[in-house]
Amino acid sequence: MAPLLDVDSLAVTLPGPRGPLPILHDVSLTVDEGELVGIAGESGCGKSLTAQTLLGLLPPGATVTGSARFAGTDLLGLDNRGWRRVRGGGIAMVFQDSTAALHPMLTIGRQLTEHMRVHLRMDRRAANRRAVELLDQVRIPDPERAMRAYPHQFSGGMRQRAAIAIALAARPRLLIADEPTTALDVTVQAGILALLDRLRAETGLAVAFITHDLGVLSALTTRGYIFYAGRVVETGPTGALLTAPTHPYTAALLGARPHGTQAVGTLRPIPGGPPAPGEAPPGCPFQPRCGYAQPSCGTAPPPLAPAGADRSVACVVRPHLEVATR
Amino acid sequence: MTTVHDGEPGAVSTTASRLRPRRAHPLLVFLAKRLAITAGLLLGVTVVTFGLVNVVPGDPVTANLSDQALNDPATVAAFREKWGLDQPLWAQYLHYLGNLLHGDLGISQQTGRSVLDDLVRYVPATMELAIPTMVLALLIGTGIGMLAAVRNGRFTDQLVRVGSLLGLSTPPFWLSLVVLYVFFYQLGLAPSGGRLSTGFSPPPTVTGMYTVDAALAGQWDVAWDAAQHLTLPVLVLTSLTVALLVRFVRSAMLEVLQQDYIRAAYAKGLPARVVLRRHLLRAGLVPVVTVSGLAFASLLSGTVLVESIFGWPGLGQYAYRSATALDLPSILGVSLFVALVYTLVNLTVDLLYGLIDPRIRLS
Repeated sequence: MAPLLDVDSLAVTLPGPRGPLPILHDVSLTVDEGELVGIAGESGCGKSLTAQTLLGLLPPGATVTGSARFAGTDLLGLDNRGWRRVRGGGIAMVFQDSTAALHPMLTIGRQLTEHMRVHLRMDRRAANRRAVELLDQVRIPDPERAMRAYPHQFSGGMRQRAAIAIALAARPRLLIADEPTTALDVTVQAGILALLDRLRAETGLAVAFITHDLGVLSALTTRGYIFYAGRVVETGPTGALLTAPTHPYTAALLGARPHGTQAVGTLRPIPGGPPAPGEAPPGCPFQPRCGYAQPSCGTAPPPLAPAGADRSVACVVRPHLEVATR
Repeated sequence: MTTVHDGEPGAVSTTASRLRPRRAHPLLVFLAKRLAITAGLLLGVTVVTFGLVNVVPGDPVTANLSDQALNDPATVAAFREKWGLDQPLWAQYLHYLGNLLHGDLGISQQTGRSVLDDLVRYVPATMELAIPTMVLALLIGTGIGMLAAVRNGRFTDQLVRVGSLLGLSTPPFWLSLVVLYVFFYQLGLAPSGGRLSTGFSPPPTVTGMYTVDAALAGQWDVAWDAAQHLTLPVLVLTSLTVALLVRFVRSAMLEVLQQDYIRAAYAKGLPARVVLRRHLLRAGLVPVVTVSGLAFASLLSGTVLVESIFGWPGLGQYAYRSATALDLPSILGVSLFVALVYTLVNLTVDLLYGLIDPRIRLS
């Protein structure tokens, strides 16, 4: 069966003050129906831009090449009308900061029902009924009353839950969650993650979970993509990725991550920073920061090549990597 | 490392306390406070105006009496005594204030009528210009401003910005003359000035606005004639107000367009017109309301140049004549009215804020 979302060799270039800036290079990824896929990487690696591309929300002047198919539809060939059908009804998005992503002057009820009425052709009463159910599903207390509330009357966790309810309202098949728990307390975060997993199990919803937190990745997702400087550098089943990484960057990310009773002094931060768009070195983008770099790494960016069962890695050296186990 | 469990135990109680329904009570407190402040403000206006008029070089006597009368000491003394000018300033002020508390604004030295009667006569004429101007300017200015913001940087936007700059730098009297030349002299489409053509008599007074009063009395020919007389001055005032509004609307909307919730609205698959009308307009309205309030108050205070050119007997003309004649009771009356207009408009603006943005609480 064809995957629900099939992105192949996607490249995005944004207009910059000094000429076009290539942001995404040769990104390929798939998400199956009912699958929870993780997309991880440092800030500015192109995770969020991938999401924007899949919703047709790139700034004016952006150029996109490659292909992106969603449920048989070629996303990149859509006109305004086609995009409107996909957005909300096919692919929905939960933004990182729900405080900024909810309209401060419209009631939760209004924001829950307006696109339902467009996509599902519901009348006001049916939409309101479904909205109350959704709020109840995301465990917002007293949903009837919450419908009339404004976002500022909610706590941060409730706002994010409401944002998830809004994203789910028009029955999308794929939910892109862009760091939905980053701004929240750990306990609230856990509730949101459990909620997403439950929704996936109950409704067959596919979720692409964007995060910079590898812990979230391991707790929630079955497959993962590691992004670096606008490229996918490694992909595979999450468990294998995190216990036996094959790309030095994945290993370095794991080494820089605090966990358990580990002392702070044993954390290994990655030296340097990711290259700014347009300033990536000619070869492997990670090569300047990589402890295993060889002269051959500087010639051309390595392509993503198969590396064992369901796994691919973009590294020509493929050193033997030591990873601190938990 | 991440413990997964459902629900947030703390959320329930916080909602219950945060979702308290708003009571009417704080609104009344707010209004009472504002009225008290307004009263204090008006008192301040009387002090300042009284002081200023008596400080400026100029003598009401010379301003009002003819040369012949000025040569006759008895006439001058009689004038001074009649208007209380022979008394010390503080006595004059207290006298004025005492009368004011009884609703007596004094007698205009210019018209010989009570200032209150004068205001009742001139203010509606100005309102008849200000109200349609503001309604039109809001509709047109918001529309054009939003269009420019959405088309940021493109040709339409450039055109709107140049147009707005032109409008802002056009002197009102010049625009009035051009409009008169084109629409009255060349095309003969509109009357040259005044409120009614000769041969029509004003409708029975209800609001003082001829179009409304004529319509209320069923005198449709009078209403139509009065409306025609409105067109040119309203056209001039509207273009100037639109030029001002467009800049504010554009920058307010540009800021909102950057917000995540606008992107989120598009991401929900809503049609652009819904996003613009429901999400963008609502959020960009607060700064627009502020400027519109100021523009409306300024229109209601009378527009001297436009009123003069179109022979419109409004507050601006009355204020101008009172000021040149150093007609203290009239000047005070106009000042009080203008201060009242500004405070009331500001109060309305504040109440509108609360209506538009639920986060703005009355405090």
